[in-house]
Amino acid sequence: MRYLLMIALEESASSRTPEEDGQEMQPEYAAFMKDIAERGVLLGGERLRLTTDATTVRVRNGETLTTDGPFAETKEQLAGYFLVDCKDLDEAIEVAAQIPGAKDGSIEVRPIWEM
Amino acid sequence: MTADVEAAVSEAFHAEWGRIVATLVRLTGDWDLAEECAQDAFATALERWPRDGIPRRAGAWLTTVARNRAVDRARRERVGESKTREVAVMAAESDESVTAEEEVPDDRLRLMFTCCHPALTFEAQVALTLRTLAGMTTPEIAHAFLVPEATMAQRLVRAKRKIRNACIPFAVPPPHQLVERTAAVVAVIYLLFNEGYSASSGTDLVRRSLTAEAIRLGRVLCTLMPDEPEALGLVALMLFHDARSAARVNDNGDIVVLSEQDRTLWDPSAIEEGHLRLDAATRLGRPGPFQMQAAIAACHVSDGKTTDWVEIANLYDHLFAMTPSAVIALNRAVAVSMSEGPEAGLVLLDRIAPDGELREYHLLPAARADMLRRLGRRSEAAEAYRRAFDLAATDAERRYLERRLLEATA
Repeated sequence: MRYLLMIALEESASSRTPEEDGQEMQPEYAAFMKDIAERGVLLGGERLRLTTDATTVRVRNGETLTTDGPFAETKEQLAGYFLVDCKDLDEAIEVAAQIPGAKDGSIEVRPIWEM
Repeated sequence: MTADVEAAVSEAFHAEWGRIVATLVRLTGDWDLAEECAQDAFATALERWPRDGIPRRAGAWLTTVARNRAVDRARRERVGESKTREVAVMAAESDESVTAEEEVPDDRLRLMFTCCHPALTFEAQVALTLRTLAGMTTPEIAHAFLVPEATMAQRLVRAKRKIRNACIPFAVPPPHQLVERTAAVVAVIYLLFNEGYSASSGTDLVRRSLTAEAIRLGRVLCTLMPDEPEALGLVALMLFHDARSAARVNDNGDIVVLSEQDRTLWDPSAIEEGHLRLDAATRLGRPGPFQMQAAIAACHVSDGKTTDWVEIANLYDHLFAMTPSAVIALNRAVAVSMSEGPEAGLVLLDRIAPDGELREYHLLPAARADMLRRLGRRSEAAEAYRRAFDLAATDAERRYLERRLLEATA
């Protein structure tokens, strides 16, 4: 059985600025990744950029609506995900708008924090 | 420093800032570095031009200085370098055979589309456009939008960080996105214009300068996208409004309504350019809301003795069909009240929900008051003027409404 383990953290609690942060993986996470890889359960995992780098995409009446920031609607819950490799944000938005869920829900496009 | 050097630097600043930043953003991918080096280039000009004379090709001179500065900085910062700095060195070095004046013509257009990208908030789009394309400083932008400097600085930092981290492209959008994305650029420029235009004349120079920046950016957009009728319509609209700026406020800072304006104060060259731009737009055969608004503004600055309100009402019909909004419905009602009489105008005003999007807009009760006054319904008019007075945002507007209120109750 596959599971998605989602990490929720308070972004504002980090004392480091986004510029200083994330140049390399934190040692605890490196150790954790090593452990679960040895255990044979790791399929993949990534650190995400902050929500200030997120873009939310919705399609209403055939029109793509783009807004700065993460999901705002508290009525919506995470229902699935796609990991895509696009040439830039425009391509990612275009792909996001094709996800069927974009028509009645919203798609948050969050960059992966490349390490 | 002599006055002509100062004038030359200031002229070069308006003409070249956006171009230099755009070129450096393309070469280095680093927005902060691009701005800092452009700034350094102008500082160097202020230092050297009085001594060495004004270079024949000031733009090329400044671009070369800025680019050399970028290369120097990138070399110096190689220790602990980040990827973007590394790119800066490579791009600039591989490019050294190319002379500065061979700028890629689309750089400023790319910069405009990146600044006005829909993944940024509208406020961020506006601020970035002013900073990177118009060269306004952060304190100036903060002042123009009446927010604390730290807030504006933060807004700019965040926007640039998002461009980098989310990989917002430095590119002109593909054809299937062009119409929508161009509309976003046009909207940002028009907002700049309105922010400046609504500032009361003379009292706030920084805000007033936004109209000049907006017209300048609009002209650049027209040069870069000569087949875009809405860009031409936008510039025509701004010019028709701006042509009347000297006449719309009197020496006491009081508002002078269109029908009472001294037409000798209008700027004929702005009106002429407006007509040329609007004609060029019309010839492209793709009407749009900005062209329609420009056509309406053109009616208001026509040289005839009377304003053609029938034509204006007709144009508002078309505009409303394109972009139905309560503000347009209000303006249409005013035009009809002028062409068919105040009763007809009131009928249309009654269809606009008073608690809808215009509930805090002083011109809705002001228009009603005006129509009631013309019908001789003085006490109702006075009441509507009072409501408008309470909602008006500037002193000049309040003084105007106060005068009208006194007339109605006299």
